[in-house]
Amino acid sequence: MSDVMLDLNSVDKFYGSKGQGVHAVCNISMKVMRGEIIALLGSSGCGKTSMLRMVAGFEAVSRGKISIGDREIHALRPVERNVAMAFEGYSLYPTVTVRDNIAFALKSSKFSATDVAVKVDEIAAMLEISTILDKYPSSISGGQQQRASLARALIRDADLYLLDEPMGQLEPQLRTLLRGRIKAYIKERGLTAILVTHDQTEANALADRIAVMEDGELQQFASPEDIKKSPANIFTGTFVGEPPMNVFPARASISEETVCLRLNENIDLSYPADAFSAELRASLAEMGDIVLGVRPYAVQRRDTGSLATVVVNQWLGDQSHIATNFAGGSLVLVEHDRTQLSEDEQIAIYLEPSDIHIFNSKTGMAISHGARLIG
Amino acid sequence: MQKNSNLENVLRGVAITAIILFFMFPILWIFLMSFQTNETILRVPPSPFFEPTLTNYRSLISGKLEGSTATLEIAFMSNLYNSLFLSVTSVTVGLILGVPAAYAFARLKFRGSEDIAFTLLSFRFAPPLLVLLPLTIYFQQIGLADTYGGLIWVYQLIVLPLILWIVRGYFEDIPADIEYAYRIAGHSFWATFRKIALPLAGPGIAAAGLLAFIFAWNNFIFALVLASADKQPVTVGALAFITASGINYGQIAAGIMLSIAPTFALALYAQRYLVEGLSLGAVKG
Repeated sequence: MSDVMLDLNSVDKFYGSKGQGVHAVCNISMKVMRGEIIALLGSSGCGKTSMLRMVAGFEAVSRGKISIGDREIHALRPVERNVAMAFEGYSLYPTVTVRDNIAFALKSSKFSATDVAVKVDEIAAMLEISTILDKYPSSISGGQQQRASLARALIRDADLYLLDEPMGQLEPQLRTLLRGRIKAYIKERGLTAILVTHDQTEANALADRIAVMEDGELQQFASPEDIKKSPANIFTGTFVGEPPMNVFPARASISEETVCLRLNENIDLSYPADAFSAELRASLAEMGDIVLGVRPYAVQRRDTGSLATVVVNQWLGDQSHIATNFAGGSLVLVEHDRTQLSEDEQIAIYLEPSDIHIFNSKTGMAISHGARLIG
Repeated sequence: MQKNSNLENVLRGVAITAIILFFMFPILWIFLMSFQTNETILRVPPSPFFEPTLTNYRSLISGKLEGSTATLEIAFMSNLYNSLFLSVTSVTVGLILGVPAAYAFARLKFRGSEDIAFTLLSFRFAPPLLVLLPLTIYFQQIGLADTYGGLIWVYQLIVLPLILWIVRGYFEDIPADIEYAYRIAGHSFWATFRKIALPLAGPGIAAAGLLAFIFAWNNFIFALVLASADKQPVTVGALAFITASGINYGQIAAGIMLSIAPTFALALYAQRYLVEGLSLGAVKG
């Protein structure tokens, strides 16, 4: 048996007629390993739910192949694919109780009635829905319906678990608790799961790897740490992370002693040449125009440096978000103390070379992270 | 302001009474007529007070129409039976064909699906008289004229579009994901249709069936042309009351009362379903 559980091979999805339809998923290839939890992360309409529904078999694949284990499944009916799914709209059967909704998933399998009852009770306890098992879907809250729908998916014995926004309706405390329990449940049993979400915290907390999607294209497929530290392009850099990465167009000029990144006529960021690797310096010298990115947490305030003007200073209870005017654009920095800064106050900014991400201004692809060339 | 709304209430009451009188008075008058003889019906001035008699009903049920000069044999009860048989069978056939079709139109978006659905609906636009002549010729050629089978087939023009469009709206109101959830849990497309879609669309199917039954029951023109006396429903059979020797209004009234009784009872019983079914299904489309 191979270690690859799900293999998407150049998968495309078009909706509507050719020419005027929507290209919802563009040529996506990715491999999900056995026992891995993957998050599909992206904004609404980025194609993540279309991907999930193609894997489940509710949408036909326009082009490409999908395999689960050694079986090619893209032409099979949903019932033959052996996948379980929790739906964003819950989709509980309105005519039966929550208990039967969950048990329904097991009725067509080999378990005895007592086994089914034990399993239902077990999963209901984990998801904190034991008290509502005998109620009907119409009489419970959205969050409870969502957990019932999740229970109905997780209780099954499937090759792959597809979870579409499984915790969107839950209150934050419960969400944190259940995230931990669900991850433990999946990992203990060695299950393979794909989670669709637009919530970065959820993706970071649950997933081993995150697939960032935008406009139907896979932007980056890597671990949460790698995506934070080494975003593959400007989109991933600015999409993942809260608040988002600051980006500025810049022009690089390289001399023997210094690397100078000119943001506009007033602001030059000058660094000693050896702060950047030789390969990166060569590449920058060739390119000239670049896009510079820095995470809000990495922006430093010092006594001297490039000047920025405070626009807003917000204290969020545990950190300050300071929005400033900087180099003709907006620069946000985050500090963990309650910073006393008023509007229009000038502050001096310093960006450490090791915190700087550099992107190609034409393609948007990353060139360097932390002053080292990629690759 | 208070005065105004009082006036409004009074006007509203008057309007409602007028409307009820307008619609219900003929039915009430026919009901009273059905218990009278021709003499009391035709007296001048008319009066709602009379000595009730059951002779009209008796002669209808026995099949012997007593005119002023002679006794005429009529098949009123067999007409009533024909109506019942034709309506029930047509609606059953309509449901068997229409409900799966409605499901297909609601769920499977295929090329031309909207055009086909609209074509089926457009059968309701054409005046029946327009298709009757060619239909009569065809039916005679293929041996369907004056058969129950032929009539039930033609009745599909009435019931099928109705069932299709009402039930389709109902199916569209069921979130597709509920069905997907059932299918992914190991059930076939067919099982999902039977166990999830059909029960959830139940009220809509009932409403469509009831309405189709009433439309089929009230049909006149198709049966008049395409069926002979022994296959005709009660709507056509009632013509036999107008005879050369005169018109027996009391018996006509009793005939009307007997023939509207089933649909009237059905409509009263299923009023809630009808309103719900029509407002949910057909309006949305």
